[in-house]
Amino acid sequence: MTPRAPWHPWAMLAPTLALLVVFFVVPIGVAACESFFSWDLLTPHRFVGLANYRALGAHGEIVAVALRTLAYSSLVVAGTVALGLALALLLDRPGRLFAFVRASVFSAYVVSWVAVALLWMWLLDGNSGVLGALLRRLGANPVSPLGDPRWALPTLALVAVWKLTGYAMIIFLAGLQGVPRALLEAAALDGASPVARFRYVTMPLLAPTTAFVATTSLVTSFQAFDVVRIMTQGGPARATELFVYEIYEQIFLNLSVGRASALTVVFFLLLFALAGLELRVWRTRTGGPAARPKPDGQDRVRGLQ
Amino acid sequence: MKAGRPLSWFLLALACVAAATWLLPYAWMVASSFKTLPEIVAHPTAPFPERLDTGAYREVFRAIPVVRYMLVTIVMASAIAVAQIALALPAGYALAKLHFAGTRFAFGVVLACLLVPAQATFVSVFLLFAELRLVDTMTALVLPFAASALGTFLVRQALLGVPDEIIEAARMDGAGEWTIIYRILGPMIKPTLVSLLLVSFVFHYNDYFWPLVMTTGDRVRTLPLGVALLREQGTGVRWHIVMAGNVVLSAPVLALFAVAQRHLVRAAGGGQS
Repeated sequence: MTPRAPWHPWAMLAPTLALLVVFFVVPIGVAACESFFSWDLLTPHRFVGLANYRALGAHGEIVAVALRTLAYSSLVVAGTVALGLALALLLDRPGRLFAFVRASVFSAYVVSWVAVALLWMWLLDGNSGVLGALLRRLGANPVSPLGDPRWALPTLALVAVWKLTGYAMIIFLAGLQGVPRALLEAAALDGASPVARFRYVTMPLLAPTTAFVATTSLVTSFQAFDVVRIMTQGGPARATELFVYEIYEQIFLNLSVGRASALTVVFFLLLFALAGLELRVWRTRTGGPAARPKPDGQDRVRGLQ
Repeated sequence: MKAGRPLSWFLLALACVAAATWLLPYAWMVASSFKTLPEIVAHPTAPFPERLDTGAYREVFRAIPVVRYMLVTIVMASAIAVAQIALALPAGYALAKLHFAGTRFAFGVVLACLLVPAQATFVSVFLLFAELRLVDTMTALVLPFAASALGTFLVRQALLGVPDEIIEAARMDGAGEWTIIYRILGPMIKPTLVSLLLVSFVFHYNDYFWPLVMTTGDRVRTLPLGVALLREQGTGVRWHIVMAGNVVLSAPVLALFAVAQRHLVRAAGGGQS
């Protein structure tokens, strides 16, 4: 349609565009500039060229943080996709009981990360928590997985899986509505076992959904911060020092704006690469962006009721 | 294709295991919030407290100004949710319905911002607010989220489904653009707007990251920060107090979820917040 006045569209877009540019576009540019300076928020700026990046690269520091974050994300993706799919298959049944279980699983997605993190800290506390009490009853030595450098990261991933599986399950339930019942029945008539029906009918039809869930949770969990800040503060022995927490430490604990900005730039580039991967996966595995679960038409989702 | 009897019993049992995995932690949280300190040390796993002791809750209200934090949190989350909708409607209308040079550019900016999370902007935005002396203010909590790229995108998608004839008819009847946007189109895409409002409210009510980095003191501290502080203040064993704080923090969202599940689930299917 033609606008009534040429300036109308811009007036309607102005507040949104201005806020988005000021708070999402400009900050990336500012970080890029600040990354070439050394600044502690108090003394004047000092131009240092690539020194911030070199310092981060020294001893493979930044590579370690990136790989650690990627390891965490991979665990979360594997866990949420596998559990989310299994639960969707299990709970895609009529009846109040199944609806109740679906709602229970999804509820963790709605609760604050703070509540979830604190709750699991207590459950997993080897001394005064539930895990400690259970171990003592079994006669085993109390251990705290969060205090063990080998187990801390997988434990954080486990908590994230508990929180995010409900989301994956909902997307898979929506995807299952797109698997024609007739096709499954035809396969059954031809003598295909339940396993074969899943392997050769359901799985291929769910491939786009799986790709969507996997890439979305990859990008989301790459930004993890709350679980680290609340449950481990990056410890023990830096075993849970994830990317965003590292940025947070650089600016608020070390007061090093330059390092924090350099980290932000690298973080943004990595996210950009992951998002590119995300788009590629949607395009190639789905034959077009149309296969992405659409915001409208969601009424096909089996509700929780 | 009826499943055999043993199989359906097996599936039912599995469903119960799933329910227990997600509900037992809450049950433990609530049960222990009513325990006393000696009791939680001696029997952390006991499913029920010996008697309903509200000492932990009284301690929570003593340790942090719960009501004030809750009010700050609700004001912040409501302001963000309402602003996002108020701004997304005209922007989405311009992108979906009006032909003008620059549509591609404007839509491109919105799509690009979908890729930028707050975790990649907070260092620069903190420096900006520090410069303007706005750290520790409601402005720093609300303004950066007053416009939502995702919200604008979803409103645009919803408005694409509204026929042009409706807008033409409204214009013929002499309705201004303002009236068309808020009075006519808004109600037509109500389901999208309600989902957006709820998801945005819940997300920002729960948010820990942004209030943490944008506040330095107590002035506009939000409830998630306050509850997280309960643990940092206390020694390791006072878990019943932390769990009481947890109950206070999560009860409102769980209640909202119980009332408005359908909208929240629909929105989860549409994209993450």
